[in-house]
This record gives sequence, structure tokens and C-alpha cells, in this order.
Amino acid sequence: MANMHKVSFKLNGKGVEVAVEPRELLIHTLRERLAHTGPHIGCETSHCGACTVDVDGMSVKSCTVLTVQCDGSEMLTVEGLEQGGVLHALQQAFHEEHGLQCGYCTPGMLTRAYRLLQENPNPTEQEIRYGIAGNLCRCTGYQNIVKAVQSAARKLATAPAVPA
Amino acid sequence: MGDMSELQEREQKLQGMGTSLLRKEDAKFIRGQGSYIDDIKLPGMLFGAIVRSPYAHARIKGIDKSKALACPGVVAVLTADDLKPVNLHWMPTVGGDVQAVLADKKVCFQMQEVAMVLATDRYTAADGAALVEVDYEELPAIVDPEKAMAPDAPVIREDIADKKEVGHGPRTHPNHIFTWEAGDKAAADAAFASAAVTVREEILNPRVHPCPLETCGCVASFNKATGTLTLHVTTQIPHLLRTVLAMLSGVAESKIRVIGGDIGGGFGNKVPVYPGYVVATVASIVTGVPIKWIESRIDNISTTGFARDYHGVGELAADKDGRIKGLRFSALADHGAFNSHVSASKLPAGLFSICTGSYDIPNAYCRVDAVYTNKAPGGVAYRCSLRVTEAVYLIERMMDVLAQKLGIDKAEIRRRNFVKAEQFPYTTSLGWTLDSGAYHPALDKVLKAVDYEGLRREQADKRAKGELMGIGLSTFTEIVGAGPTKVCDILGIGLFDSCEIRVHPTGGVIARLGTMSQGQGHATTYAQIIATELGLPASDIVVEEGDTDKSPYGAGTWGSRSTPVSGAATAQAARKIKDKAKKIAAHLLEVAEGDLEWEIDRFKVKGNPSQAKTMKEICMVSHTGNLPAGMEQGLNAVSYYDPPNLTFPFGAYVCVVDIDKFTGETKVRRFYALDDCGTRINPMIIEGQIHGGLTEAYAVAMGQQIPFDENGNHLGNSLMDYFLPTAMETPHWETDHTVTPCPHHPLGAKGVAESPHVGGIPCISNAVIDAFAHLGVTHMDMPHSAYRVWQQCRALGINKR
Repeated sequence: MANMHKVSFKLNGKGVEVAVEPRELLIHTLRERLAHTGPHIGCETSHCGACTVDVDGMSVKSCTVLTVQCDGSEMLTVEGLEQGGVLHALQQAFHEEHGLQCGYCTPGMLTRAYRLLQENPNPTEQEIRYGIAGNLCRCTGYQNIVKAVQSAARKLATAPAVPA
Repeated sequence: MGDMSELQEREQKLQGMGTSLLRKEDAKFIRGQGSYIDDIKLPGMLFGAIVRSPYAHARIKGIDKSKALACPGVVAVLTADDLKPVNLHWMPTVGGDVQAVLADKKVCFQMQEVAMVLATDRYTAADGAALVEVDYEELPAIVDPEKAMAPDAPVIREDIADKKEVGHGPRTHPNHIFTWEAGDKAAADAAFASAAVTVREEILNPRVHPCPLETCGCVASFNKATGTLTLHVTTQIPHLLRTVLAMLSGVAESKIRVIGGDIGGGFGNKVPVYPGYVVATVASIVTGVPIKWIESRIDNISTTGFARDYHGVGELAADKDGRIKGLRFSALADHGAFNSHVSASKLPAGLFSICTGSYDIPNAYCRVDAVYTNKAPGGVAYRCSLRVTEAVYLIERMMDVLAQKLGIDKAEIRRRNFVKAEQFPYTTSLGWTLDSGAYHPALDKVLKAVDYEGLRREQADKRAKGELMGIGLSTFTEIVGAGPTKVCDILGIGLFDSCEIRVHPTGGVIARLGTMSQGQGHATTYAQIIATELGLPASDIVVEEGDTDKSPYGAGTWGSRSTPVSGAATAQAARKIKDKAKKIAAHLLEVAEGDLEWEIDRFKVKGNPSQAKTMKEICMVSHTGNLPAGMEQGLNAVSYYDPPNLTFPFGAYVCVVDIDKFTGETKVRRFYALDDCGTRINPMIIEGQIHGGLTEAYAVAMGQQIPFDENGNHLGNSLMDYFLPTAMETPHWETDHTVTPCPHHPLGAKGVAESPHVGGIPCISNAVIDAFAHLGVTHMDMPHSAYRVWQQCRALGINKR
């Protein structure tokens, strides 16, 4: 316990500083120290993607990243998608296309889809399926998630969202 | 008044039944504001970590807590000996057995709960758990249920070795749990003796796990000052769980509050009462501080709520035209180390006797023998009613086996045996009364949609070229909506369900129900029912479930029972309110009730439509003194609904697969699913449920299985090994429907979320096996992974280039 490390990073645009043990996983820091309970724990082995957050422009499974590895980084979680009271096009599209049921995978799925559309603003269905293959959903069968990502991509193409 | 566009506008405002209203639930989830179990954080909360057995079968010779207790931050270590003084080291199961809460002298499956370490944070709790030293003496394990009843088999449950029965009739061996039978064996045997043709196949429903994305867990919080216990918990059955806790703990049921919160998927896994909940509860009662226990994924797959493990034998007898004369199905059921199998008291094999399916079968007999093995205990219904997937899998597979034997087309053999429209209500030879159905039109619609004849021609061409293409059919009947209290109870409590509706002066509504959503969209669907029944907009209707302090008693959400039972309770409660509203309207309009008619959102006087009172107006008046003589204020009602029968959703599915005979890889090229769930309340939600159910069917058929080695070691308990399909593997689903309303349900609805799982699994299996049918293959066990399909190709000698 004595061996605490100070780590600072930008979380959804705001600077934060935490003191953590070297072994502490990012998901626990976010959820238990920083009250960001959007990202969830599903498998602890990087398979399910419920814990996906965006670190320095990459989708990262926060259940298998140490918090000390994130010093100085810029981080985006689902809580940072809504800007100025306006939902991100992906959040709106997941609602409109019934792209969620129990909601447990949704924060990770949205965060992953956000990065996917940054990298490829106009993905084909196959590219979306490949792009979200690191995020598991047990409820929807993915079909409406794919539709939601396509719909958001179309909307963003006509009216780009405020960069988060 | 009466203008069509004006009527339409009023109707649309309600967003009632039949509209694809977007979900009310979504707003919090898309913002990451759900409140799941691990999001609960209470002041002073300790974390519990469970110490688990590395052996499948062993004696515990000693437990040394000292090193764990010396670890800074560790507060306590609880073992069976610590629970003994409060008599909670064992707990009764709904199956009539007992289950060790923490292992008492012996462990009977790998990963069994041995101790719980309480610590100030989850890392320290895990450290502490690693420091608990348990001295084991390993014993021989039974993994194969076929070997459980051998004369010299090791006795798994020494605690009940002398018991003549454990809940369900006489036992014949210390590892025997029960034998259950249904139907007329003599009549079935006679039908087989005189039949032109008989077929027999051994068919396995392997051990699988529902694996919701959120694991199980709880936060137990006992207040020593008030004597009240609050349990936040991942449960599909909050009220039944409260009753169980009251029975176990001795705390008055009125002082226990169970809160379901948001549930990250259930699929049956969150029905049982798990040892972790009980230990956390006891620990909170003892320490007076809140205790959180959260399963890891490995804990979840290894120990809580497996499904299936039914080792079946199917037999059909038919005349030369394929008309079935007799059915004999049996299953050896592996219930693991304790009979904590989830089922209604009188139905130890669940609803397995629905195994005559959609077919008119005059003579049938079925039997299930359940045994103990050294595997995790239980048996939950994974996205199905109790043992319905097992039953439907057997009959839908056997229809294909019979068709192949007789050289009759697989669609045609179904058509010849369907219960005909004019036969409903139809009582099966195993005793269920199918209330409604229209099987022929459903199948015809699907065959036309996929051009079945064209597919068969294409298949013939491919076979001529040595390619493998399979066409699978499934024309299933489900049984859901448990259930009539005369048929189904758990711990003596009938499986009715409930709805309480409170209407506020300005027309806002709160409805509270005994069910528990895990993603099914109840807050939206129930609101739509009330919107249509009461003429008040769904947008102003709030639905609450899962908090036992708030909602009326009900049996929860499983077995597709929410719409069939609670949906009915909702309609009944709304109708009580509407009856009162009508009296108020008559009073206000100074006419007799009989002079009024209902129109969307108001009562109007027949023949004088300008004279009307809207529900909104009546809501306000019901809270004033201007009421009929003797009437009380308020516009509230509660309804407890005991359905007269279960409901029988059905469907017709077609699956087309292409198989690479060199690699065994199977591609689902097309899957067309027609479902008939009766009246459709929210088509968007229904379609979403079908997509999800089909995907879980695909998971089971193509990859899920929980394997063990001969010592009972679990060989696949993380997502590294256990198959959950990604967006890449998951096929594209095509959906369709017919509507045959349920005659006994107030809304005509039947329940839908499990049909695609139940009907989808045999459809995919039938497609894979059909690809090999011309080579004489009649059955291949699931899961149809590439390796296993390739083995079939190799056995046939067709895998060589």
C-alpha cells in the first residue's frame, strides 16, 4: 500500500490526478476512484470490450491496462461523448436503431464505434463488423448495432459533431 | 370529433400497443448512467472474495486462515464452521435438496466455495483469498453421468447418502436424484411394436452457460440498529429471493429489501440463489457493514447457473407415409453436485413434456433420470422455459431423422404431422393443451420466402459436384408464461404475477410490477399496454420493477413470462381503473354507464359525441369530491394474475449453410425466422429480442460447450475458451411474423424472447446435418465447431483434395 504512484491524465477534457498502486488496473481507477462507472467489467481478459475507453486516440481495454501506464495521456470514456447537452450522433443512433438492450456493453461499444468512425468515417457493413469484433454483446445479435453505426456515420458526414 | 386524421393524431400521441416506440430505458444506458451491481458503493463497504476448491472431489482436512488474517486490510475469513452457529453453512434448494453455502468437510466440484475473505478493497480481498491455506485429500471424481450410477461409483453426497428421496420420489443409488416420467408407456410401446418404421438417435444437449456480459454479484447491507437487511443483487426474481432470504436468515420478510437495479443480461443465469449472496448477507449481519461480492468471469462460468447437460435418446414410430404413431424420449440429466436445478416444485424435469412439439402424436412417453456428478450444481433455463430447449431440440432433430429414413422431404414430413388449425385447442398425449396455432400457413410462408424448392435444387447440384450445402428447418412450439398456480409453484408460491398502477391527478402514471427486466424493454412495453388501455400517453407512464419495497409480489422474469403473466396483470389492473373512470364519466355527463362508449382516450356519449370526458379530465376529477355517491378518491388498482394456461408461441425457421469439407468451416448463408407470438406490443423490441435469441442459438449450436477432463477439471471457463459470437461470426437475421392471438390472454400476447433460442438451435443443427444427409449421416452432436465438422468429413473420407 505504501508503494503509491501519482498519475495524472486528461479524462474527458479535464485534468485528473490519482495515487495508485502499480498493480491497479485502469478500469478500477476510473470506476472506483474517479466515479466513471460507464465502462464496465465483463471478462477481465480483454475479450468482451465492456471496459473499452479511448486512450490517446486508440481503443483500449481498460481491464488489462495499468493506470500507471496512462500517465500524461488523453482519455475519453462514454461519459465524454455528450457535448454541451447534445448527444453524440452515435448515442442518438443507438437509441433510434434499438442498438442496445441490457445496456452493459453499450458504453464500450459506443466508445469503440467512436474511434472506428474517427478512423473510417464511411465504413461498409463488413468493416463495422470487423471494427467492433473486440466488443461482445449478448443481447442484440449486433444487427441493430451495425445499423446504428451506419446511421451515425451518415449523420456525421452531413453535420460533423463537435470533436470530443 | 370523429374526424379520421384527428383520431389518428390522438392515437399516435399515446404511443400504445403496436407502435415501435423507442425505448425509455436507453437514455441512461447511452450515457453510461446505468446502475449495475458493481456500481453500488456504500459507506464502509467491505469486499468479499471467495476461496475456491482446485479439486472436483476432495475432503477438507483443515483450513488455515492465519496468513490471510495477517494481511493488512483483511478483516475476516469466513468458513463453514463460522456459518454453523447461525445454521447457514447449508441452504435448501428449490429442487428439494440442500447445497453447501461454504464447503462443509468436503468439496464436490471444482471451484466450489470454501471460504470468503472480507477486506477493505477488492485487491486486498484477492490477496487474502490467495493466502488461505486449505489442506485437501483428493477423491476420485465422477464426470460422466453415465458412470454416476455404477454399483462401485464413488458416493458424491455423503451428507444425504442414506436419504431415500431428495424432493422428487424414490432414489435407487446414492448418486441418483430422481426419475420422472410422463405419458402412457404401454400405449407408446404398443405403437412402436406395430409401426411400419421406427427411428432412434442419441442426442446430446451439452453443458453450456448463459454467460451474460455482467457476472453475478451483490451488495448486502444489514443495519444493526433497525434490523433491516437491504440486498442489491443481480437477480431475475427479486420477490422470491426475498422470501428465500427470510426463510434462511430468520430476518422478517418485511425487514428485507431486495433491489434488482439494472441487470447486465440474465438469460437464466440470474435466477438461482447463489452461495456468494448468502455468505455476503451473513457477513453483513455479523459485521454490520455492507459487503460487496462480485464474481469474476471465471467464477461465473465455472460455478453459477449452467444449462442443459441432457443426454437424450429420441425414438419415433411412424407409418410408411411418415405419420407419427408413437414417441419415446428419454434423458439422463447431469445436475452436478447439488440439485439446485431451477424448476417448479411439481416439475422436476421442467416442461420437458412439451417434446411432442407442433405435431399430432397419439402415443407418447418420456422419462428423465437425474444424477449427481462432480460438476457445478444447478441447471438453469438458458433463454428458454425450463427444459424446453432440450425437448424441442429432440423433436425437431427426430423429425429430420424420420424424414431421412423414409426419404420424405423435411418440410413435407412436418406438414403431414402438424396439429391442424381446426384441432385447436389441442391436448397433446403428454397432457398440455395447446390453445392456438396456425402451423401450416407459417411454414408455407417461410418456404415461399426463401424459395425452398430452389434451394433444394441448388443443393442437388452442389451435391453432384461434391460440395456440402445444408438446409435446416425448425417448426417449433414453445411453452412459456409459467404459469397457472395449479401447475407451477416454487417453494409453495404460485407463479402468478402482478401489477399496481397509480394514476396521478394530471394524468401521469406509475406502474410497478413483480417482474425484473434484464434488457427486455419492460419500461417501454408495459407503458404501451397501459397507454392503450387507459388512453394516457406512454411518455407519461413510468414503470418500476425490482425493488421489493415498492412493487407488488411476483415471480420475476424468466421463461418468457413477463408479457404472458405480468402483461396480463397490467391489462387487468388498467381495466379496473378504466371501469372506475367510466363510472366517473357517467356521473359527470349525467348519463348511464351503458350510454358511454370508449374512443382512444375518452368516454363519449353514444349518439352525442360532443358529450365526452377525456381520461385526463377524469384523472383530475377522481382526486376531487365530485364523485358518484359512495365512491372513494383516487384512480389506483392492483391486479394479481393467475393465468388459466401457459402460452404456446410457435415459429417456422429455415437455415441455409455452406460447409467447407476441407476445413469443416460452416457458414450460415441465410437464416429466415418467422415467429408467431400472438399480439405484438412493440414490433421493434420484438425484432430485437429475436435477433438476440437467434444469436444465442447460433452460439450454442456452433460453439458453446463446457468441457471437463476426467478429473473434473474445467477446461474452458474464460472468454478465451468459451464461445461468445462476435459481430464477425454472427449471421444476418431475416425476421417475419404471423399473428395468432392467444385466446386466454387479455391482450392475446404470448411471449417471444426465448422462441428464437429454442427454435434456432435445432434449425442450425438440422442445416449442418442436412449437408451430410446424402452421405448417410443422421446425427452430429453440437457444437458444430470447424474441428468437429471436419472430423465428420474425415470420417466420411471427403476431406481430401
